[in-house]
Amino acid sequence: MNVDDIKVFEGDLDSAVPEGPIQQIWDDHRFNMKLVNPSNRRKYKVIVVGSGLAGGSAAASLGEMGYNVHCFFYQDSARRAHSVAAQGGINAAKNYRNDGDSIFRLFYDTVKGGDYRSREANVYRLAQVSNNIIDQCVAQGVPFAREYGGMLDNRSFGGAQVSRTFYARGQTGQQLLLGAYQALQRQAHAGTVTLYPRTEMLDLIVIDGRARGIVTRNMITGQIKSYLGDAVVLATGGYGNTYFLSTNAKGCNASAAWRAYKRGAYFANPCYVQIHPTCIPPSGEHQSKLTLMSESLRNDGRIWVPRQPGDRRPAAQIPEEERYYYLEEKYPSFGNLVPRDVASRNAKAVVDAGHGVGELQNGVYLDFSEAIGRLGKQVIKDRYGNLFDMYTSITGEDPYEVPMRIYPAVHYTMGGLWVDYNLQSSIPGLFVLGEANFSDHGANRLGASALMQGLADGYFVAPYTVGNYLARVGADTGDSAASAPEVAQAEAAVQEKIDKLMSINGKHSVTHFHRELGKVMWNGVGMARNDAGLREALQRIPEIRAEFWENVRVPGSAADLNQSLEMAGRVADFLELGELLALDALHRTESCGGHFREESQTEEGEAKRDDENFSYVAAWEYTGDGSTPNLHKEPLKFEYVKLTQRSYK
Amino acid sequence: MVGVMHFPQTTIGKKVIMAISGVVWIGFLAAHMFGNLKVYTGAEHFNEYAEGLRTLGAPILGYAQALWVLRIIVIVSIVAHMWAALTLNQRNRQARPARYTEHKKLSANYATLTMIYGGVAIFFFIIYHLMHFTWGVAGVHPSFIATDPYHNVIAGFSSYGYVPAIIYLIALVFLAFHLFHGTWSLFQTLGLNNKTYDGALHGLAWAVALVITLGFATVPLGVMFGLLS
Amino acid sequence: MKLNLKIWRQPSQQAQGQLVDYQLDNVSEDSSFLEMLDLLNEQLIENGDEPVAFDHDCREGICGMCSLVINGVAHGQDREKIKQVTVCQLHMRNFSDGETIVIEPWRSAAFPVLKDLIVNRTAFDRIIQAGGYISVSTGSAADANALPIPKKKADVSMDAAACIGCGACVAACPNGSAMLFTSAKITHLGVLPQGETERYQRVVNMVAQMDKEGFGGCTNMGECEAVCPKEISLDFIARMNRDLISAAFRGISPTV
Repeated sequence: MNVDDIKVFEGDLDSAVPEGPIQQIWDDHRFNMKLVNPSNRRKYKVIVVGSGLAGGSAAASLGEMGYNVHCFFYQDSARRAHSVAAQGGINAAKNYRNDGDSIFRLFYDTVKGGDYRSREANVYRLAQVSNNIIDQCVAQGVPFAREYGGMLDNRSFGGAQVSRTFYARGQTGQQLLLGAYQALQRQAHAGTVTLYPRTEMLDLIVIDGRARGIVTRNMITGQIKSYLGDAVVLATGGYGNTYFLSTNAKGCNASAAWRAYKRGAYFANPCYVQIHPTCIPPSGEHQSKLTLMSESLRNDGRIWVPRQPGDRRPAAQIPEEERYYYLEEKYPSFGNLVPRDVASRNAKAVVDAGHGVGELQNGVYLDFSEAIGRLGKQVIKDRYGNLFDMYTSITGEDPYEVPMRIYPAVHYTMGGLWVDYNLQSSIPGLFVLGEANFSDHGANRLGASALMQGLADGYFVAPYTVGNYLARVGADTGDSAASAPEVAQAEAAVQEKIDKLMSINGKHSVTHFHRELGKVMWNGVGMARNDAGLREALQRIPEIRAEFWENVRVPGSAADLNQSLEMAGRVADFLELGELLALDALHRTESCGGHFREESQTEEGEAKRDDENFSYVAAWEYTGDGSTPNLHKEPLKFEYVKLTQRSYK
Repeated sequence: MVGVMHFPQTTIGKKVIMAISGVVWIGFLAAHMFGNLKVYTGAEHFNEYAEGLRTLGAPILGYAQALWVLRIIVIVSIVAHMWAALTLNQRNRQARPARYTEHKKLSANYATLTMIYGGVAIFFFIIYHLMHFTWGVAGVHPSFIATDPYHNVIAGFSSYGYVPAIIYLIALVFLAFHLFHGTWSLFQTLGLNNKTYDGALHGLAWAVALVITLGFATVPLGVMFGLLS
Repeated sequence: MKLNLKIWRQPSQQAQGQLVDYQLDNVSEDSSFLEMLDLLNEQLIENGDEPVAFDHDCREGICGMCSLVINGVAHGQDREKIKQVTVCQLHMRNFSDGETIVIEPWRSAAFPVLKDLIVNRTAFDRIIQAGGYISVSTGSAADANALPIPKKKADVSMDAAACIGCGACVAACPNGSAMLFTSAKITHLGVLPQGETERYQRVVNMVAQMDKEGFGGCTNMGECEAVCPKEISLDFIARMNRDLISAAFRGISPTV
């Protein structure tokens, strides 16, 4: 791939945003949709891939409406999708605190937080339905935190100026997922949804330009089988595991989205990767994943490093005046509560300058001693007890006595498959929901917004827009797709790839290559990116990929439960996606949100956008393995939110 | 009605049957133990008490009618208790066909792990006890006299080199464990337990187990140590 | 550190399994138990052997996927026995150099072994399908604050809802009983006013399905509670029993 060979297309992407005032368009659009008669709905088969917040809620809602839904996921139960791990909370514009919140304010904050790289109409709709989500979840029995009067509690999160975050202890994601999971199981019992656990989607079937099905591998028996339907919904999460070490689950992968990309769906803004500032730093080569410590810790913890680079004294022996509280010094008004991207970049800067702490000098301190002194140990224990216990069990250190060590880690990917206002990708009939699409967070996601988006897409957007699509195309009641040559072709392609992986019989495990890719990604396409580093990554990734296809070893049999084979397929895809990610990062010479180009910063070292040249969505079109993809630009217009440079000074 | 019929089929329903029949037996044992203590009041009074059991409810009820009603309740209870226990045990074995090479118990104690074995042992003891003191089977009891329970007790325990007395004491150890776990367990099974009362209920379980078994134990011990003759 | 591992290997559900000995050197004390197995697997692969199959996913103690019995304890035990955690949160500093560690899969008739240390837990999903939900379809909800719920109730509900469905309770129970899991869901939904309407039908159906799946009965030993990484309480079992008894008096029979 070469950044100089990119063919650019402008004005050919239809975002399908209806005309009209932003407050009105979603209601109008819903009224204008074509409906499917309730008694006809069971004739329509909808394939949903993924069972997290977005996929689970979409499958359940479509099932409730009466569609014939088939839901696929790689875990043994839908309840284990990685949405389960979200800790903090979910935003909604309820204004229960009477602190001036509104749909418009949530919309405004989200667009601004995304550094003006999201589509206004989508974000407005997200803010609109945020309130319905809370209502729906409470009705399902999600045990949100409550006040003594019995009303729902809220907290302020991620530096927001209003308290709009609903939470369920430190397990909000788990509880929301269980709500969706239970709704899904209810439909499974009712017979409207069929569940396919331990089943992995390995290709998309496109017939006559429409997404018509998927090819799957049964992860227990190894059987390759295709399933056909009238529409396909992907809700398969993000691609953070491209970096090897991330806060994603080990099984999280981008294969479904990537195979859809290779079948013609455009991939948008892959370079927008969120790096979360408060994770436990790696402790050695054995590290398999990184653990997030909730952002809420920054409310009471003070972040510092020794002022003297290379100072290896234990924290307690470093006197106050030799401690460098770099966030408090640089950002007096926000201090330790600056947005995620700012906190992350500053941590990297001090560690790179030799101030890092811990055995491997790869972290910064998050120190609670001042808060413990001020509030008492019990208060801190009540607030963060679970997190402190978790920290202790992982590191063997007691954060009540010694400061925590934290370092940023890849956490969330704002980029994803390009979708229009209807969440439909560039392939008709392929809908993409949740983290898997690119739509709502722009270049940076605010805290407590991922859960909101996943459920908005799944409960309140896709059930309408998918229905509208189905009403327009009609049901394929005669199963005419089954005999189409595309089905056999897709199955053969999947089989061929598996056979290839099994036959290489090289020297190294899949993990070996994944770790190599991760190092290149983290160093070249990580928190701070520059032209030379990105070009080097673009050179290294194809080399690792070539080495992978020469020298990987996948033991065992393909007709069996084979975790090495599963990983091999996923890593093969990361090895391609990583390259596109680097290319996107190289072509976008501005800094915005999670994408920081060292060449584009303000005098204070903050991200500097280039609205004149980069106020667009970069949607990439596959043109063949290794060849430079085409770039389709969707211009972003801001009519309701004024473009300003973010400042947290 | 259907719901009620379904209930004993469930694992929990069976446990509830065990709990309720267990309550009956705790009551029966407590009364039995209290009656036994009358042995200390002398032969005449003790025999009078035994006869009194048969004339309970007279003159409205006929001879031994009330006693038979009570006996039937006790017999039905133990049959139900054992049926539920054995069917549950069989089910539990099926639910865990393969054993661990190594299995460390974190919470279960001796009493909880031996409920079924203790129960079986107690059942065989009850048969022996009936042969010994109720039916007076020759060879089990040396000189059974149906109208003189006091004599039967003293002779029954002091014969055969105190072996019967020792059998009784061993059975009482089984009974103590069984009562301890059973008493606590029945509150849990009937849904009357929670962490707030847990300590108190464990105390109650110990009290029930100890009072009943120690009360019973004094009689064979009394005979062995010559307090009763 | 150096370890002697005895790991259950079983090629498939139908095949016979056995414990196989492995020696592993250079294990970091800071690695997690699963990272130790990663290291073993990488060595097995590079030596041309088949790696050990084990379930895992989030590796931060919340998804409930990991499921190993370590030295006879479901999820293993930390050295100080301070807090029970999932396998993925258990770190190697809890073991000593040269120690022999026995690793087995969850064992229960309702959780058949699929391969090595991986078991099939879909029985849990079917228990939920039998009634572990509140029947409210998308779009039909009233305002979230229209129904105040006392904080205490919400807290109990949350305590029960913290269950991650890992199945350690079944693995630890000598009777292979799923009462802790089932009662947690029944309590989570049953204490809330939203869940009151279906409360008794729910308990009857879920218990019927639990029995149908072949789980054993509860003998109140408390092994389940002792291994639970989320501190799910035996109180919930008592509550489930109470609800089932009430349901029987109400004449409710199962509809699953």
